[in-house]
Amino acid sequence: MRAFLGALVFWASCLPAVAEEIVLGLSSDTVSINTNFDGSEILIFGAVKRDAPFPAEPPMEVIVTVAGPSEAKTIRRKEKKFGIWVNTDSVEIDSAPSFYAISTSTALGLSLSDTQDIRHRISIPRAIRSVGAPAQITNSETFTDALIRIKTKSDQYQLNEGTVSVDDQTLFRTSIALPAALTEGDYKTRIFLTRGGEVVAQYETSIYVRKVGMERWLFTLSREQSFVYGLLSLAIAILAGWGASAVFGLFRR
Amino acid sequence: MQIYLPIAEVSVNAFLLLGLGGIVGVLSGMFGVGGGFLMTPLLFFIGIPPAVAVATEANQIVASSFSGVLAHFKRKTVDLRMGTVLLIGGLFGAALGVMVFNYLKAQGQVDLLVKLCYVLFLGVIGALMFVESLNAIRNVKKGKAPKRKKHNWIHGLPLKMRFRVSGLYISVIPPLIVGVLVGILAAIMGVGGGFIMVPAMIYLLGMPTKVVVGTSLFQIIFVTAFTTMLHATTNYTVDIVLAVLLLIGGVIGAQIGARIGVKMKAEQLRILLAIMVLMVCGKLALELLLEPAELYSIAAGGH
Repeated sequence: MRAFLGALVFWASCLPAVAEEIVLGLSSDTVSINTNFDGSEILIFGAVKRDAPFPAEPPMEVIVTVAGPSEAKTIRRKEKKFGIWVNTDSVEIDSAPSFYAISTSTALGLSLSDTQDIRHRISIPRAIRSVGAPAQITNSETFTDALIRIKTKSDQYQLNEGTVSVDDQTLFRTSIALPAALTEGDYKTRIFLTRGGEVVAQYETSIYVRKVGMERWLFTLSREQSFVYGLLSLAIAILAGWGASAVFGLFRR
Repeated sequence: MQIYLPIAEVSVNAFLLLGLGGIVGVLSGMFGVGGGFLMTPLLFFIGIPPAVAVATEANQIVASSFSGVLAHFKRKTVDLRMGTVLLIGGLFGAALGVMVFNYLKAQGQVDLLVKLCYVLFLGVIGALMFVESLNAIRNVKKGKAPKRKKHNWIHGLPLKMRFRVSGLYISVIPPLIVGVLVGILAAIMGVGGGFIMVPAMIYLLGMPTKVVVGTSLFQIIFVTAFTTMLHATTNYTVDIVLAVLLLIGGVIGAQIGARIGVKMKAEQLRILLAIMVLMVCGKLALELLLEPAELYSIAAGGH
């Protein structure tokens, strides 16, 4: 790893330069979901390439975000009606990532100004897009808060402050833990360099999360040939039922 | 050992599912019910999305009922004619049930409906069975012969048909209605409906207890197979990996349970089933009545 990082720095110094530029490495750019998938850890590391000596102040901070595919969500709230708890109000979220992790080298509030956050949609509440709640719902933020709270509890949303380590203002690395309940898709990975809250450089790449092998085959079958898939499920059920009765029939004799 | 479920898109412990399947299988073999009314809430509890749990559970019941019905065919305790009448009603009900299920899923009320159905049916059936079997046990102790009501309003209906295995000559209307109701429940709740079918056949249709279990299992196979196909082709929510894990435990458990069941008295069996049904009912009722820890829930998609 150290040798590789060294090579990376060397390579970085050979490239034509702007002011500060990010050169990135990933431990793997694909995550394969197979049958015994139980979460995964991705190592994200890189170096900063400069043509001039770096300014000492303000210090450089690094923010890494990984976002899963976004989709529309409906958040519902329960209320007590006729003595039982039922879903009443609901708010639509136009687009919320299925997974979102932010890792920073220091507290997010210190490394990123609010205006930059709005522009780049970095923090968790900003990564969720909600056009507006129906007029009869007054406190729609509580719905977004609930989404974040529930997703954070299951590690689908993570804010890991201070987990990016920066060496010599040049090399940085962090690892992101992907939970076991992961959906397929391209996970957009962004790296921001900030100084004094301003984004000075950014880099974007994707981590591809894919079902493979049997998982892939079954999923595709269930969507594209749902009738065959249904028959297959039934055939397995009938066979298992018959098999168990036959095996136990043998024992009885 | 963790296994990633391709349709549910969650990772679960394989041994936990095998164990759950086994325990529920034993109970279902003992009582002649599919066990779905126990399994579906358990699947919700371990984090399987409700839609996937309901659809997959239907698939698992196909396996355990098929395993059970084979044993009953050997003993000739399946009334095929009654089973077919129930089945015609059941298929109609299942189609209706999937439509209701999809409509309510869009409204966000499917959870509530499923729970209300459970509480209502489990509560009523559990209580009736509990009282009845308690009386039966008392009568046995007093030495009174159990008396069976031979004639009630059901026998006055038209379209009569002879059911030889059950020794009945009754109208086809009550079994058709029972079939439709059970079919709807099967689709909405992800259950075979055995826990409502069995008491309905004993108390409403007056069928002899020994043919009830086999006949109920016979028609449950077809209704749940139909439900599985409907869910698989319209909602894509049948998780075959989850189904396999559950049914391995389930079919083995069902065979063990059937052997335990044979050794017990009918009243004892019924009172145990009644207690179990009432316990599940009580737990679900509390969930509706007590304030939930999390008031908000996330559903995929907008309108």
